[in-house]
Amino acid sequence: MPVLKNIAAIAKGMSITFMEMFQPTTVENYPDGKGPLRGARFEARFRGAHVLQRDENGLEKCVACFLCAANCPSNCIYIEAADNTAEHRVSGAERYAKVYNIDYNRCIFCGYCVEACPTDAITHGHGFELATFNASNLVYRKEQMLASRPAHMGANVVFNQADVDGGAPKEMVAGS
Amino acid sequence: MHAIIDYISSYLTSDKTPGAAGNMFWVLVYIMLVFAGLSVAVIAMNWLERKILAHMQVRLGPMRVGPHGLLQPIADAIKLLLKEDIMPAEADGFVFWMAPLIVVLAAFTVFVVVPFGPTHAITDMNIGILFMLGVSSLSVLGIVMAGWASNSHYPLMGALRSSAQMVSYEIAMGLAVVSVILVTSLHGSGLYGVGGAGAGDGTLSMIGIVRAQQEQGVWFIFKFFPLGLIAFFIFAVSMVAETNRAPFDLAEAESELTAGFHTEYSGFRWSLFFLAEYSAMIAVSSIAVTLWLGGWLRPFPNLLNGDTWDQAFSFIPGITFLFFAAICFYNAVRMPKHPLFRVQTIGLFGFGVVLGLIGLALFVPAVSIRVQDIFWFAAKVSGFMYVYIWFRGTFPRYRFDQLMQLGWKVLLPMGLGVLILTAIFGLWPSIQQLIQRLI
Repeated sequence: MPVLKNIAAIAKGMSITFMEMFQPTTVENYPDGKGPLRGARFEARFRGAHVLQRDENGLEKCVACFLCAANCPSNCIYIEAADNTAEHRVSGAERYAKVYNIDYNRCIFCGYCVEACPTDAITHGHGFELATFNASNLVYRKEQMLASRPAHMGANVVFNQADVDGGAPKEMVAGS
Repeated sequence: MHAIIDYISSYLTSDKTPGAAGNMFWVLVYIMLVFAGLSVAVIAMNWLERKILAHMQVRLGPMRVGPHGLLQPIADAIKLLLKEDIMPAEADGFVFWMAPLIVVLAAFTVFVVVPFGPTHAITDMNIGILFMLGVSSLSVLGIVMAGWASNSHYPLMGALRSSAQMVSYEIAMGLAVVSVILVTSLHGSGLYGVGGAGAGDGTLSMIGIVRAQQEQGVWFIFKFFPLGLIAFFIFAVSMVAETNRAPFDLAEAESELTAGFHTEYSGFRWSLFFLAEYSAMIAVSSIAVTLWLGGWLRPFPNLLNGDTWDQAFSFIPGITFLFFAAICFYNAVRMPKHPLFRVQTIGLFGFGVVLGLIGLALFVPAVSIRVQDIFWFAAKVSGFMYVYIWFRGTFPRYRFDQLMQLGWKVLLPMGLGVLILTAIFGLWPSIQQLIQRLI
C-alpha cells in the first residue's frame, strides 16, 4: 500500500521536527549568556587573537627571528629586534622583540605564524571580541598580547631587576 | 439618553448574534473586538512562528528585543511603518496601490461570519460558509493585481502561479465543504446516524453547522467514520495551498522568484500583505474548525458528559492562562541578574501578572460561561496555526507540476468520491426502501 507508506513517511518526518523542537539548540545565546564568555562556546583549536608565550622562567619565548613575519600572507606582523644584555634580559636567547605589532585590520587568522614559530612563542588565543570604532586600536602591541608572567615569579626577580628598579610592578599585572 | 441605554442593554438578554439581532452598537463593538483580537493574534503568530521554526531547526530565534524576543514583532512593525514607501517607476500606480488593500479587505471581511461562540459572532448569515469561501477567494484578485502592477518578471510569475494554485485548490476545497453541508441536513445522531424525522433541511450558516454537530452529537470529522476524516484531510491540504504556505508556497518561492508577487512591495504595503496572509490562515483554520471540529463546542461532549464534566471543562481556560502566567514568572526569575535586563524582567513579570489576572477572572462562573466558547474555538484554531508552522518546518517545497497533480488528480477525485459516498450514506434509509420496493 503506497498510500500507507507515504502516510508513515510523513508522520515520521513530522515527528522528527517535533522532537527536535525540544532538543537543546546548537546556536549560542552569545551576548546574553551565562559565564565569563557570555554564552559563547569555543573549540579547543579556535584561532583567536594571538598570545605571545613565556618560558618556564617567565622570559619571553620570542627570539625575534622574523619567521612569523616572513610567513604572514597578509603581511600584518611588524617586529623590531634588540639584543639581550646581562642587565636587561627579556628572552632566553640572543635577541628579543623590542617591538612586536600585529595589525588586526589585516590579519586573517590563518595560523601560519603559529606554525612557523621555531620556539612556539606565538600562539592563537581565544580572544574574539576585537571590534572597535577606531581602526588604529586594531594594531596590537607586544604588551597587549604577551602572556602574563607566572604568578609566583612576580616581576621576574631573577633577570629583570632593572625593570623593577625602573618602576615595574612586582606583582603580576593582569593582561601584561 | 434613556433610549440609547435601552437600545444598548436590550441586546444583553438576546441569544442571537448582534448582527442577527440588528443591534448596531454591539455590531460595532464586536467588529472592534474581532479586529483587535485578530491583530494581536497576527502579532503573536509572527513571534510564535519564528520561535517554533527556530527551535525545530535547533536555532534560538529572536532573543534580543524584549525577553525571549517577545517585542520583536512590534519592533518589526515600527520598522516597516518608518520605511520609505517605494513604488517602482514603471509600476501601474493605482493598481499597485489597490492590490494590498483588496487582499487585506478580503482577509478581514470573512471574519464577519466566523462563529466564536453561539452568540459571539458579528453576524449570522444564512449563507455563511458561501460568504466565507467567496470573499476569501477575492484575495486572488489582489495577488494578481499586485503581480501585474509591479511590472516586473518575478512578481508576474508569482502571481500567475498563485492564481493557478488558488483556483485549482478551491474546487477540491469546495467539494469537501459540500459534503459537510450535506451532512447538516441529517437529523439522526451518532457516527452512522442517518436521516430520521424531519431530515432534509440543511444549513449554510456557520452557527447552524456547529449547532447541527451539537444536535447530531458528533463532530463532522467523525461522521460516517472514514468519510468525514477524508473530507477534512482534503480541506486541510487545500487550505494550506489556498493560503500559499509551505510546502505549497510556490507563489513566493524565494529560491526561484525572490519573493513572488510582493517582490516590489516594501514598508507598509508589504506589511499589509503579511497581515493578510496570516489573517487568511486564521480564517481558513476557523472554517475547518467550524465545519469539522465542532466550532466552539468543548472536546469529548459524549464521552465525558454530565454537569460534573461541564464544570471540570469550564476550569480549563483559567488553568491554561495560569499556566502561561507561571511560564512568565519562571522565566522572569531565570532572567540574567544584570541592570541591562531589569526593564525586561519587570516587563515579563508584569505580562505574567496580566495573564494570571485573566486566568483568575476566568474562574468566576459568570465570566467563564460567556467566554469559554471563545476559548475552545481559539484553542482549536491555534492548534491549526501550530500545524501550519510544523508543516513549514518539516516539508520541502513541492514542484509546480506535482502541486497541480495533487490538486487535480488526487484531491479532486477524492472529493467527488467522498461527496457521492456521503450522499449515499445519508440517504441510506430511502435507498433501502427503494431497493425493497423494486424487489
